[in-house]
Amino acid sequence: MSISPAIYTLWLREVIRFGRNRSRLIGSMALPVLFLVVLGSGFGGFFRYRNDVTYIEFIGPGIVGMTLLFSAMFGGMNVLWDKQFGFLKEILVAPVSRTAIMTGKTIGTVTTSMVRALVLLAAMITAGLVKVHLGGFLMTLIFMFLISASFVSLGIALASWMTDPHGFQLIMNFVIMPVFFLSGALFPLERLPRWLEILTLLNPLTYGVDGMRFALGGPYRFSPLVDLAVLLFFWLAMTFIGAFMFRKMSA
Amino acid sequence: MTPYGGTASTIIEIKEITRQFGELTALNSVSLDIERGELFGLLGPNGAGKTTLISILSTLLSPTSGSAVVCGHDVRKDEDMVRRSIGVVFQDPSLDDELSGQENLDFHGRLYGLDRESRRTRIDEVMRLVDLEDRRHDLIKTYSGGMRRRLEIARGLMHRPQVLFLDEPTLGLDPQTRRKIWNYIRGLKESYGTTIILTTHYMDEADQLCSRVAIIDHGLIVALDSPANLKASLGGDLLELETPTVHPDFVEKLRNSQEVRRVSAHNGRVTLTVAKGESFIPRVFETAQSLGMEIASVSMRKPNLEDVFIKLTGREIRQESITEPKERIRIYMWGRRR
Repeated sequence: MSISPAIYTLWLREVIRFGRNRSRLIGSMALPVLFLVVLGSGFGGFFRYRNDVTYIEFIGPGIVGMTLLFSAMFGGMNVLWDKQFGFLKEILVAPVSRTAIMTGKTIGTVTTSMVRALVLLAAMITAGLVKVHLGGFLMTLIFMFLISASFVSLGIALASWMTDPHGFQLIMNFVIMPVFFLSGALFPLERLPRWLEILTLLNPLTYGVDGMRFALGGPYRFSPLVDLAVLLFFWLAMTFIGAFMFRKMSA
Repeated sequence: MTPYGGTASTIIEIKEITRQFGELTALNSVSLDIERGELFGLLGPNGAGKTTLISILSTLLSPTSGSAVVCGHDVRKDEDMVRRSIGVVFQDPSLDDELSGQENLDFHGRLYGLDRESRRTRIDEVMRLVDLEDRRHDLIKTYSGGMRRRLEIARGLMHRPQVLFLDEPTLGLDPQTRRKIWNYIRGLKESYGTTIILTTHYMDEADQLCSRVAIIDHGLIVALDSPANLKASLGGDLLELETPTVHPDFVEKLRNSQEVRRVSAHNGRVTLTVAKGESFIPRVFETAQSLGMEIASVSMRKPNLEDVFIKLTGREIRQESITEPKERIRIYMWGRRR
Protein backbone atom coordinates (compact mmCIF):
# COMPACT_ATOMS: atom_id res chain seq x y z
CA MET A 1 0.00 0.00 0.00
CA SER A 2 1.30 3.42 -0.79
CA ILE A 3 1.85 5.72 2.13
CA SER A 4 -0.97 8.24 1.72
CA PRO A 5 -4.04 5.97 2.26
CA ALA A 6 -2.49 4.77 5.52
CA ILE A 7 -1.89 8.34 6.65
CA TYR A 8 -5.46 9.22 5.74
CA THR A 9 -6.76 6.19 7.67
CA LEU A 10 -4.94 7.21 10.86
CA TRP A 11 -6.06 10.82 10.39
CA LEU A 12 -9.66 9.70 9.92
CA ARG A 13 -9.59 7.72 13.14
CA GLU A 14 -8.53 10.77 15.16
CA VAL A 15 -11.15 12.96 13.56
CA ILE A 16 -13.98 10.44 14.03
CA ARG A 17 -13.08 9.95 17.66
CA PHE A 18 -12.86 13.69 18.19
CA GLY A 19 -16.22 14.39 16.61
CA ARG A 20 -17.89 11.61 18.53
CA ASN A 21 -16.92 12.47 22.05
CA ARG A 22 -18.74 15.72 22.84
CA SER A 23 -18.18 15.52 26.57
CA ARG A 24 -14.43 15.31 26.09
CA LEU A 25 -14.52 18.26 23.72
CA ILE A 26 -16.48 20.34 26.20
CA GLY A 27 -14.24 19.15 29.03
CA SER A 28 -11.10 20.14 27.19
CA MET A 29 -12.48 23.61 26.40
CA ALA A 30 -13.59 24.29 29.96
CA LEU A 31 -10.13 24.87 31.43
CA PRO A 32 -8.96 27.43 28.85
CA VAL A 33 -12.26 29.31 29.12
CA LEU A 34 -11.96 29.30 32.90
CA PHE A 35 -8.42 30.67 32.73
CA LEU A 36 -9.39 33.28 30.19
CA VAL A 37 -12.55 34.54 31.85
CA VAL A 38 -11.83 34.12 35.55
CA LEU A 39 -8.10 34.87 35.61
CA GLY A 40 -8.52 37.44 32.88
CA SER A 41 -11.17 39.34 34.81
CA GLY A 42 -9.75 38.63 38.26
CA PHE A 43 -6.28 40.01 37.63
CA GLY A 44 -7.55 42.64 35.22
CA GLY A 45 -7.79 45.40 37.82
CA PHE A 46 -4.19 44.98 39.02
CA PHE A 47 -2.55 44.70 35.61
CA ARG A 48 -0.46 47.58 34.27
CA TYR A 49 1.37 46.91 31.02
CA ARG A 50 2.04 49.09 27.99
CA ASN A 51 -0.68 51.71 27.99
CA ASP A 52 -4.05 50.31 27.06
CA VAL A 53 -3.61 46.52 27.08
CA THR A 54 -6.03 44.85 29.45
CA TYR A 55 -5.06 41.61 31.15
CA ILE A 56 -7.68 39.52 29.38
CA GLU A 57 -6.40 40.85 26.04
CA PHE A 58 -2.88 40.06 27.13
CA ILE A 59 -3.51 36.42 28.05
CA GLY A 60 -5.82 35.68 25.07
CA PRO A 61 -3.07 34.39 22.75
CA GLY A 62 -1.48 32.67 25.75
CA ILE A 63 -4.66 30.73 26.39
CA VAL A 64 -4.78 29.71 22.71
CA GLY A 65 -1.22 28.44 23.20
CA MET A 66 -2.32 26.59 26.34
CA THR A 67 -5.17 24.90 24.48
CA LEU A 68 -2.76 23.78 21.76
CA LEU A 69 -0.16 22.58 24.25
CA PHE A 70 -2.59 20.52 26.31
CA SER A 71 -4.56 18.98 23.45
CA ALA A 72 -1.43 18.21 21.42
CA MET A 73 0.41 16.60 24.33
CA PHE A 74 -2.64 14.59 25.43
CA GLY A 75 -3.36 13.59 21.84
CA GLY A 76 0.20 12.45 21.20
CA MET A 77 0.27 10.58 24.47
CA ASN A 78 -2.87 8.74 23.41
CA VAL A 79 -0.41 6.30 21.85
CA LEU A 80 0.15 5.14 25.40
CA TRP A 81 -3.50 4.16 25.72
CA ASP A 82 -3.42 2.45 22.35
CA LYS A 83 -0.42 0.55 23.65
CA GLN A 84 -2.13 -0.29 26.94
CA PHE A 85 -5.38 -1.36 25.32
CA GLY A 86 -3.85 -3.34 22.50
CA PHE A 87 -5.09 -1.32 19.54
CA LEU A 88 -1.52 -0.38 18.70
CA LYS A 89 -0.77 -4.03 17.91
CA GLU A 90 -3.52 -4.04 15.31
CA ILE A 91 -1.81 -1.07 13.65
CA LEU A 92 1.75 -2.35 14.00
CA VAL A 93 0.97 -5.77 12.51
CA ALA A 94 -0.58 -4.19 9.41
CA PRO A 95 1.54 -3.80 6.26
CA VAL A 96 2.05 -0.08 6.88
CA SER A 97 5.30 1.69 7.67
CA ARG A 98 5.77 3.23 11.08
CA THR A 99 6.57 6.55 9.46
CA ALA A 100 3.12 6.54 7.83
CA ILE A 101 1.48 5.62 11.15
CA MET A 102 3.33 8.38 12.99
CA THR A 103 2.54 10.92 10.25
CA GLY A 104 -1.17 10.06 10.16
CA LYS A 105 -1.45 10.14 13.92
CA THR A 106 0.34 13.50 14.07
CA ILE A 107 -1.72 15.16 11.34
CA GLY A 108 -4.93 13.82 12.88
CA THR A 109 -4.10 15.12 16.34
CA VAL A 110 -2.89 18.46 14.96
CA THR A 111 -6.25 18.77 13.20
CA THR A 112 -8.30 18.16 16.33
CA SER A 113 -6.03 20.30 18.46
CA MET A 114 -6.23 23.23 16.03
CA VAL A 115 -10.01 22.93 15.83
CA ARG A 116 -10.19 23.43 19.58
CA ALA A 117 -7.85 26.41 19.44
CA LEU A 118 -9.78 27.94 16.54
CA VAL A 119 -13.07 27.61 18.42
CA LEU A 120 -11.50 29.51 21.29
CA LEU A 121 -9.99 32.09 18.94
CA ALA A 122 -13.36 32.62 17.26
CA ALA A 123 -14.93 33.23 20.65
CA MET A 124 -12.21 35.75 21.50
CA ILE A 125 -12.65 37.55 18.18
CA THR A 126 -16.39 37.70 18.76
CA ALA A 127 -15.83 39.15 22.22
CA GLY A 128 -13.45 41.72 20.75
CA LEU A 129 -10.47 40.55 22.82
CA VAL A 130 -8.14 40.29 19.83
CA LYS A 131 -7.87 42.36 16.70
CA VAL A 132 -7.42 40.28 13.60
CA HIS A 133 -6.97 40.82 9.88
CA LEU A 134 -6.39 38.25 7.17
CA GLY A 135 -2.59 38.35 7.16
CA GLY A 136 -2.51 38.12 10.94
CA PHE A 137 -4.92 35.24 10.91
CA LEU A 138 -2.82 33.27 8.40
CA MET A 139 0.26 33.95 10.48
CA THR A 140 -1.61 32.75 13.57
CA LEU A 141 -2.47 29.53 11.74
CA ILE A 142 1.21 28.92 11.00
CA PHE A 143 2.20 29.43 14.63
CA MET A 144 -0.69 27.25 15.78
CA PHE A 145 0.39 24.47 13.46
CA LEU A 146 4.01 24.61 14.61
CA ILE A 147 3.09 24.59 18.30
CA SER A 148 0.60 21.79 17.86
CA ALA A 149 2.74 19.56 15.62
CA SER A 150 5.80 19.97 17.86
CA PHE A 151 3.98 18.98 21.03
CA VAL A 152 2.12 16.10 19.39
CA SER A 153 5.50 14.69 18.37
CA LEU A 154 6.85 15.25 21.86
CA GLY A 155 3.79 13.45 23.26
CA ILE A 156 4.30 10.53 20.89
CA ALA A 157 7.99 10.36 21.77
CA LEU A 158 7.20 10.26 25.50
CA ALA A 159 4.41 7.71 25.02
CA SER A 160 6.70 5.48 22.95
CA TRP A 161 9.28 5.58 25.69
CA MET A 162 6.91 4.96 28.60
CA THR A 163 5.59 1.50 29.32
CA ASP A 164 2.37 2.22 31.19
CA PRO A 165 0.05 5.17 31.83
CA HIS A 166 1.16 5.66 35.44
CA GLY A 167 3.82 8.10 34.32
CA PHE A 168 1.17 10.31 32.78
CA GLN A 169 0.77 12.37 35.95
CA LEU A 170 4.52 12.96 36.05
CA ILE A 171 4.46 14.29 32.50
CA MET A 172 1.54 16.53 33.42
CA ASN A 173 3.37 17.99 36.43
CA PHE A 174 6.93 18.07 35.14
CA VAL A 175 6.48 18.84 31.45
CA ILE A 176 3.08 20.21 30.52
CA MET A 177 2.41 22.57 33.45
CA PRO A 178 5.96 24.02 33.61
CA VAL A 179 5.96 24.60 29.85
CA PHE A 180 2.66 26.42 30.20
CA PHE A 181 3.59 28.54 33.25
CA LEU A 182 7.02 29.45 31.89
CA SER A 183 5.78 30.51 28.47
CA GLY A 184 4.74 34.06 29.17
CA ALA A 185 1.15 33.05 28.49
CA LEU A 186 0.02 34.48 31.85
CA PHE A 187 2.49 37.28 32.57
CA PRO A 188 4.83 39.59 30.64
CA LEU A 189 8.43 38.45 30.43
CA GLU A 190 9.99 41.82 31.18
CA ARG A 191 11.01 42.54 34.77
CA LEU A 192 11.22 38.85 35.71
CA PRO A 193 13.89 37.60 38.12
CA ARG A 194 16.91 36.50 36.12
CA TRP A 195 16.51 32.75 36.78
CA LEU A 196 12.88 32.82 35.68
CA GLU A 197 13.69 34.81 32.60
CA ILE A 198 16.29 32.24 31.55
CA LEU A 199 13.78 29.42 31.96
CA THR A 200 11.21 31.25 29.86
CA LEU A 201 13.76 31.95 27.14
CA LEU A 202 14.58 28.22 26.95
CA ASN A 203 10.91 27.35 26.53
CA PRO A 204 9.79 26.96 22.90
CA LEU A 205 6.18 27.76 23.76
CA THR A 206 7.36 31.27 24.77
CA TYR A 207 8.12 31.98 21.11
CA GLY A 208 4.84 30.39 19.98
CA VAL A 209 2.79 32.60 22.30
CA ASP A 210 4.86 35.65 21.38
CA GLY A 211 4.40 34.94 17.67
CA MET A 212 0.65 34.70 18.09
CA ARG A 213 0.58 37.93 20.12
CA PHE A 214 2.28 39.65 17.21
CA ALA A 215 -0.06 38.11 14.64
CA LEU A 216 -3.12 39.02 16.68
CA GLY A 217 -2.04 42.61 17.27
CA GLY A 218 -1.04 42.14 20.89
CA PRO A 219 2.00 43.34 22.86
CA TYR A 220 4.79 41.14 21.49
CA ARG A 221 8.41 41.04 22.62
CA PHE A 222 10.59 39.30 20.03
CA SER A 223 10.77 39.74 16.29
CA PRO A 224 8.22 37.40 14.64
CA LEU A 225 11.09 36.06 12.53
CA VAL A 226 12.91 34.96 15.66
CA ASP A 227 9.71 33.32 16.93
CA LEU A 228 9.26 31.55 13.62
CA ALA A 229 12.86 30.36 13.43
CA VAL A 230 12.87 28.96 16.97
CA LEU A 231 9.56 27.16 16.42
CA LEU A 232 10.62 25.72 13.07
CA PHE A 233 13.75 24.36 14.66
CA PHE A 234 11.80 22.94 17.61
CA TRP A 235 9.26 21.37 15.28
CA LEU A 236 11.90 19.65 13.15
CA ALA A 237 13.73 18.41 16.25
CA MET A 238 10.55 17.03 17.83
CA THR A 239 9.44 15.37 14.59
CA PHE A 240 12.80 13.67 14.32
CA ILE A 241 12.81 12.53 17.95
CA GLY A 242 9.18 11.42 17.82
CA ALA A 243 9.72 9.38 14.66
CA PHE A 244 12.88 7.86 16.10
CA MET A 245 11.24 6.85 19.40
CA PHE A 246 8.12 5.57 17.68
CA ARG A 247 10.13 3.39 15.32
CA LYS A 248 12.17 2.01 18.20
CA MET A 249 9.14 1.16 20.32
CA SER A 250 8.06 -2.44 20.68
CA ALA A 251 4.41 -3.38 20.91
CA MET B 1 11.28 -29.30 -1.90
CA THR B 2 11.17 -25.53 -1.63
CA PRO B 3 14.35 -23.47 -1.33
CA TYR B 4 13.71 -23.38 2.39
CA GLY B 5 13.77 -27.14 2.77
CA GLY B 6 10.09 -27.83 3.50
CA THR B 7 7.69 -29.58 1.16
CA ALA B 8 5.57 -27.63 -1.34
CA SER B 9 2.63 -27.67 1.05
CA THR B 10 4.59 -26.24 3.95
CA ILE B 11 3.27 -22.75 4.70
CA ILE B 12 5.22 -21.97 7.87
CA GLU B 13 8.69 -23.15 8.52
CA ILE B 14 10.31 -22.52 11.87
CA LYS B 15 13.97 -23.33 12.30
CA GLU B 16 15.68 -23.37 15.67
CA ILE B 17 14.01 -20.24 16.91
CA THR B 18 15.30 -19.02 20.25
CA ARG B 19 14.04 -15.94 22.03
CA GLN B 20 15.44 -14.62 25.26
CA PHE B 21 14.13 -11.87 27.49
CA GLY B 22 17.16 -11.07 29.60
CA GLU B 23 17.86 -14.20 31.60
CA LEU B 24 14.61 -15.88 30.65
CA THR B 25 14.55 -18.20 27.65
CA ALA B 26 10.99 -17.98 26.33
CA LEU B 27 11.68 -20.20 23.31
CA ASN B 28 14.50 -22.69 23.21
CA SER B 29 15.52 -23.69 19.69
CA VAL B 30 12.03 -24.48 18.46
CA SER B 31 11.68 -26.07 15.02
CA LEU B 32 8.32 -26.75 13.45
CA ASP B 33 6.69 -27.07 10.02
CA ILE B 34 3.05 -26.22 9.48
CA GLU B 35 1.20 -27.44 6.42
CA ARG B 36 -1.11 -25.36 4.23
CA GLY B 37 -4.74 -25.69 5.33
CA GLU B 38 -3.98 -27.09 8.75
CA LEU B 39 -5.80 -26.15 11.91
CA PHE B 40 -2.77 -26.32 14.13
CA GLY B 41 -2.75 -26.00 17.91
CA LEU B 42 -0.01 -24.78 20.23
CA LEU B 43 -0.95 -26.17 23.60
CA GLY B 44 0.79 -25.35 26.85
CA PRO B 45 0.48 -23.60 30.19
CA ASN B 46 0.81 -19.83 30.59
CA GLY B 47 4.37 -18.71 30.07
CA ALA B 48 5.23 -21.71 27.93
CA GLY B 49 6.23 -19.48 25.01
CA LYS B 50 3.13 -19.70 22.82
CA THR B 51 2.49 -15.97 22.54
CA THR B 52 6.20 -15.31 22.00
CA LEU B 53 6.16 -17.70 19.06
CA ILE B 54 3.06 -16.03 17.57
CA SER B 55 4.64 -12.60 18.03
CA ILE B 56 7.76 -13.72 16.17
CA LEU B 57 5.76 -15.27 13.34
CA SER B 58 3.68 -12.09 13.02
CA THR B 59 6.82 -9.84 12.95
CA LEU B 60 6.03 -8.02 16.19
CA LEU B 61 9.09 -9.48 17.89
CA SER B 62 12.38 -10.58 16.41
CA PRO B 63 13.96 -13.86 17.47
CA THR B 64 17.26 -13.90 19.35
CA SER B 65 18.43 -16.55 16.91
CA GLY B 66 16.98 -18.91 14.32
CA SER B 67 14.76 -18.20 11.34
CA ALA B 68 11.14 -18.49 10.32
CA VAL B 69 9.51 -18.39 6.91
CA VAL B 70 5.81 -17.55 6.61
CA CYS B 71 4.13 -17.94 3.20
CA GLY B 72 7.56 -17.93 1.57
CA HIS B 73 8.75 -14.74 3.29
CA ASP B 74 11.40 -14.46 5.96
CA VAL B 75 9.97 -12.84 9.11
CA ARG B 76 13.19 -10.94 9.72
CA LYS B 77 13.97 -9.71 6.22
CA ASP B 78 10.60 -9.34 4.58
CA GLU B 79 8.28 -8.11 7.33
CA ASP B 80 5.95 -6.27 5.02
CA MET B 81 5.23 -9.29 2.82
CA VAL B 82 4.68 -11.47 5.89
CA ARG B 83 2.24 -8.90 7.29
CA ARG B 84 0.31 -8.86 4.05
CA SER B 85 -0.21 -12.62 4.12
CA ILE B 86 -1.26 -13.06 7.74
CA GLY B 87 -4.10 -12.11 10.05
CA VAL B 88 -3.66 -11.97 13.80
CA VAL B 89 -6.19 -12.15 16.61
CA PHE B 90 -4.26 -11.16 19.71
CA GLN B 91 -4.72 -12.59 23.16
CA ASP B 92 -5.45 -9.17 24.60
CA PRO B 93 -8.25 -7.06 23.17
CA SER B 94 -7.19 -4.85 20.27
CA LEU B 95 -10.30 -3.01 19.12
CA ASP B 96 -10.90 0.71 19.29
CA ASP B 97 -13.66 1.08 21.89
CA GLU B 98 -14.77 4.44 20.63
CA LEU B 99 -15.41 3.28 17.10
CA SER B 100 -18.32 1.10 16.01
CA GLY B 101 -17.88 -2.49 14.89
CA GLN B 102 -18.18 -1.45 11.27
CA GLU B 103 -15.69 1.40 11.71
CA ASN B 104 -13.14 -0.94 13.26
CA LEU B 105 -13.45 -3.23 10.25
CA ASP B 106 -13.34 -0.31 7.83
CA PHE B 107 -10.17 0.98 9.49
CA HIS B 108 -8.64 -2.47 9.10
CA GLY B 109 -9.65 -2.70 5.44
CA ARG B 110 -8.09 0.69 4.72
CA LEU B 111 -4.83 -0.27 6.43
CA TYR B 112 -4.64 -3.35 4.23
CA GLY B 113 -5.30 -1.27 1.12
CA LEU B 114 -8.77 -2.57 0.25
CA ASP B 115 -10.80 -0.25 -1.97
CA ARG B 116 -14.21 1.06 -0.97
CA GLU B 117 -16.15 -1.64 -2.82
CA SER B 118 -14.20 -4.59 -1.39
CA ARG B 119 -14.39 -3.06 2.06
CA ARG B 120 -18.17 -2.84 1.77
CA THR B 121 -18.69 -6.40 0.54
CA ARG B 122 -16.19 -7.96 2.91
CA ILE B 123 -17.51 -6.16 5.96
CA ASP B 124 -20.96 -7.53 5.09
CA GLU B 125 -19.50 -10.97 4.58
CA VAL B 126 -17.47 -11.26 7.77
CA MET B 127 -20.16 -9.59 9.89
CA ARG B 128 -22.57 -12.26 8.70
CA LEU B 129 -20.01 -14.96 9.42
CA VAL B 130 -19.77 -14.00 13.08
CA ASP B 131 -23.45 -13.00 13.49
CA LEU B 132 -22.85 -9.38 14.35
CA GLU B 133 -24.79 -7.76 11.50
CA ASP B 134 -27.38 -6.25 13.80
CA ARG B 135 -24.73 -4.71 16.06
CA ARG B 136 -22.46 -3.32 13.36
CA HIS B 137 -23.21 0.33 14.06
CA ASP B 138 -22.89 0.05 17.84
CA LEU B 139 -19.76 1.28 19.56
CA ILE B 140 -17.38 -1.43 20.75
CA LYS B 141 -17.73 -0.27 24.34
CA THR B 142 -21.26 -1.67 24.30
CA TYR B 143 -20.11 -5.11 23.11
CA SER B 144 -19.77 -8.13 25.41
CA GLY B 145 -16.48 -10.03 25.67
CA GLY B 146 -17.68 -12.73 23.32
CA MET B 147 -18.85 -10.22 20.73
CA ARG B 148 -15.51 -8.43 20.80
CA ARG B 149 -13.74 -11.69 20.25
CA ARG B 150 -15.98 -12.55 17.32
CA LEU B 151 -15.43 -9.14 15.78
CA GLU B 152 -11.68 -9.53 16.16
CA ILE B 153 -11.84 -12.87 14.39
CA ALA B 154 -13.94 -11.29 11.64
CA ARG B 155 -11.41 -8.49 11.33
CA GLY B 156 -8.51 -10.92 11.11
CA LEU B 157 -10.21 -12.47 8.08
CA MET B 158 -11.16 -9.34 6.21
CA HIS B 159 -8.06 -9.12 4.06
CA ARG B 160 -8.27 -12.87 3.29
CA PRO B 161 -4.97 -13.86 4.88
CA GLN B 162 -3.39 -17.16 3.96
CA VAL B 163 -2.56 -17.74 7.60
CA LEU B 164 -4.61 -16.70 10.60
CA PHE B 165 -3.08 -16.66 14.09
CA LEU B 166 -5.48 -16.94 16.98
CA ASP B 167 -3.84 -16.36 20.34
CA GLU B 168 -6.03 -17.86 23.08
CA PRO B 169 -9.23 -17.14 21.13
CA THR B 170 -11.59 -18.17 23.94
CA LEU B 171 -9.69 -16.97 27.00
CA GLY B 172 -12.07 -15.80 29.69
CA LEU B 173 -15.25 -16.59 27.76
CA ASP B 174 -18.18 -18.62 29.04
CA PRO B 175 -18.61 -22.20 27.76
CA GLN B 176 -21.50 -21.34 25.46
CA THR B 177 -19.60 -18.53 23.75
CA ARG B 178 -16.52 -20.72 23.48
CA ARG B 179 -18.52 -23.33 21.61
CA LYS B 180 -19.85 -20.68 19.26
CA ILE B 181 -16.35 -19.44 18.54
CA TRP B 182 -15.18 -22.98 17.90
CA ASN B 183 -17.90 -23.28 15.29
CA TYR B 184 -16.76 -20.05 13.61
CA ILE B 185 -13.18 -21.28 13.56
CA ARG B 186 -14.20 -24.57 11.97
CA GLY B 187 -16.32 -22.62 9.50
CA LEU B 188 -13.33 -20.51 8.45
CA LYS B 189 -11.25 -23.49 7.63
CA GLU B 190 -14.06 -24.96 5.56
CA SER B 191 -15.13 -21.78 3.74
CA TYR B 192 -11.74 -20.22 3.00
CA GLY B 193 -9.22 -23.01 3.47
CA THR B 194 -7.30 -20.63 5.73
CA THR B 195 -4.39 -22.13 7.59
CA ILE B 196 -5.14 -21.52 11.24
CA ILE B 197 -2.66 -21.58 14.10
CA LEU B 198 -4.23 -21.24 17.49
CA THR B 199 -2.67 -21.20 20.92
CA THR B 200 -4.57 -22.41 23.92
CA HIS B 201 -4.13 -23.75 27.40
CA TYR B 202 -7.56 -25.38 27.25
CA MET B 203 -7.13 -29.10 26.60
CA ASP B 204 -10.59 -29.63 25.18
CA GLU B 205 -10.14 -26.73 22.78
CA ALA B 206 -7.04 -28.25 21.22
CA ASP B 207 -8.66 -31.66 21.21
CA GLN B 208 -11.93 -30.54 19.60
CA LEU B 209 -10.51 -28.21 16.98
CA CYS B 210 -7.02 -29.07 15.90
CA SER B 211 -5.83 -31.55 13.35
CA ARG B 212 -2.36 -31.39 14.86
CA VAL B 213 -1.11 -30.20 18.22
CA ALA B 214 2.30 -29.20 19.47
CA ILE B 215 2.57 -29.41 23.24
CA ILE B 216 4.91 -26.69 24.39
CA ASP B 217 6.40 -26.31 27.85
CA HIS B 218 9.17 -24.02 29.11
CA GLY B 219 9.94 -22.93 25.55
CA LEU B 220 10.35 -26.45 24.20
CA ILE B 221 8.09 -28.54 22.02
CA VAL B 222 7.67 -31.74 24.01
CA ALA B 223 5.23 -33.53 21.68
CA LEU B 224 3.84 -33.04 18.19
CA ASP B 225 1.05 -35.15 16.69
CA SER B 226 -2.70 -35.36 16.13
CA PRO B 227 -4.78 -35.27 19.33
CA ALA B 228 -5.87 -38.88 18.68
CA ASN B 229 -2.31 -40.11 18.34
CA LEU B 230 -1.17 -38.16 21.38
CA LYS B 231 -3.88 -39.74 23.47
CA ALA B 232 -3.20 -43.17 21.96
CA SER B 233 0.45 -42.78 22.98
CA LEU B 234 -0.67 -43.26 26.57
CA GLY B 235 -1.56 -46.82 25.62
CA GLY B 236 -5.24 -47.09 26.38
CA ASP B 237 -8.07 -46.20 28.73
CA LEU B 238 -7.82 -45.15 32.33
CA LEU B 239 -9.49 -47.35 34.96
CA GLU B 240 -9.87 -46.14 38.51
CA LEU B 241 -10.82 -48.58 41.25
CA GLU B 242 -11.74 -47.82 44.82
CA THR B 243 -11.31 -50.49 47.39
CA PRO B 244 -11.27 -50.58 51.22
CA THR B 245 -8.11 -52.71 51.27
CA VAL B 246 -5.55 -53.40 48.57
CA HIS B 247 -4.25 -56.97 48.68
CA PRO B 248 -0.44 -57.03 48.38
CA ASP B 249 -0.53 -59.29 45.30
CA PHE B 250 -3.29 -57.41 43.52
CA VAL B 251 -1.15 -54.75 41.85
CA GLU B 252 1.51 -57.29 40.94
CA LYS B 253 -1.05 -59.60 39.30
CA LEU B 254 -2.57 -56.80 37.27
CA ARG B 255 0.82 -55.58 36.18
CA ASN B 256 1.58 -59.00 34.76
CA SER B 257 -1.41 -58.92 32.43
CA GLN B 258 -0.48 -58.18 28.86
CA GLU B 259 -3.09 -55.44 28.34
CA VAL B 260 -1.96 -53.30 31.26
CA ARG B 261 0.49 -50.46 30.56
CA ARG B 262 0.72 -48.88 33.98
CA VAL B 263 -0.61 -49.48 37.47
CA SER B 264 -0.39 -47.35 40.53
CA ALA B 265 -1.99 -47.72 43.95
CA HIS B 266 -2.48 -44.93 46.40
CA ASN B 267 -4.73 -44.71 49.49
CA GLY B 268 -7.13 -47.46 48.44
CA ARG B 269 -7.29 -46.09 44.91
CA VAL B 270 -5.81 -48.11 42.07
CA THR B 271 -5.27 -46.48 38.67
CA LEU B 272 -4.64 -48.59 35.58
CA THR B 273 -3.83 -47.73 32.00
CA VAL B 274 -5.29 -50.52 29.90
CA ALA B 275 -5.45 -51.13 26.15
CA LYS B 276 -9.15 -51.95 26.05
CA GLY B 277 -10.79 -50.74 29.19
CA GLU B 278 -14.29 -52.14 28.65
CA SER B 279 -13.23 -55.75 28.23
CA PHE B 280 -10.68 -55.55 31.02
CA ILE B 281 -13.16 -54.60 33.77
CA PRO B 282 -14.38 -58.23 34.29
CA ARG B 283 -10.77 -59.35 34.65
CA VAL B 284 -10.25 -56.82 37.41
CA PHE B 285 -13.17 -58.30 39.33
CA GLU B 286 -11.95 -61.87 38.76
CA THR B 287 -8.50 -60.97 40.04
CA ALA B 288 -9.96 -59.21 43.07
CA GLN B 289 -12.27 -62.14 43.88
CA SER B 290 -9.46 -64.67 43.62
CA LEU B 291 -7.64 -62.68 46.29
CA GLY B 292 -10.76 -62.24 48.40
CA MET B 293 -10.66 -58.48 47.87
CA GLU B 294 -13.63 -56.15 47.75
CA ILE B 295 -14.05 -53.45 45.09
CA ALA B 296 -16.20 -50.47 46.02
CA SER B 297 -16.34 -48.77 42.62
CA VAL B 298 -14.87 -48.77 39.14
CA SER B 299 -14.77 -45.88 36.75
CA MET B 300 -13.36 -45.77 33.27
CA ARG B 301 -12.53 -42.82 31.04
CA LYS B 302 -10.78 -42.18 27.78
CA PRO B 303 -7.52 -40.33 28.24
CA ASN B 304 -7.47 -36.62 27.35
CA LEU B 305 -4.68 -34.26 26.42
CA GLU B 306 -4.31 -33.30 30.07
CA ASP B 307 -3.20 -36.88 30.76
CA VAL B 308 -0.74 -36.60 27.90
CA PHE B 309 0.61 -33.38 29.34
CA ILE B 310 0.96 -34.90 32.81
CA LYS B 311 2.78 -37.90 31.38
CA LEU B 312 5.18 -35.68 29.42
CA THR B 313 5.91 -33.06 32.03
CA GLY B 314 4.87 -34.60 35.34
CA ARG B 315 2.69 -31.54 35.99
CA GLU B 316 -0.86 -30.45 35.33
CA ILE B 317 -1.78 -27.52 33.15
CA ARG B 318 -3.44 -25.30 35.68
CA GLN B 319 -7.00 -24.51 34.86
CA GLU B 320 -7.12 -20.79 35.24
CA SER B 321 -9.81 -19.26 37.34
CA ILE B 322 -11.30 -15.84 36.82
CA THR B 323 -9.28 -14.43 39.69
CA GLU B 324 -5.89 -14.89 38.07
CA PRO B 325 -4.14 -11.55 37.56
CA LYS B 326 -4.02 -11.68 33.76
CA GLU B 327 -7.74 -12.23 33.62
CA ARG B 328 -8.45 -9.49 36.09
CA ILE B 329 -6.45 -6.98 34.10
CA ARG B 330 -8.35 -7.91 30.99
CA ILE B 331 -11.69 -7.34 32.65
CA TYR B 332 -10.50 -4.15 34.28
CA MET B 333 -9.39 -2.82 30.95
CA TRP B 334 -12.61 -3.66 29.23
CA GLY B 335 -14.52 -2.08 32.05
CA ARG B 336 -12.97 1.34 31.92
CA ARG B 337 -11.40 1.91 28.62
CA ARG B 338 -10.81 5.64 28.19
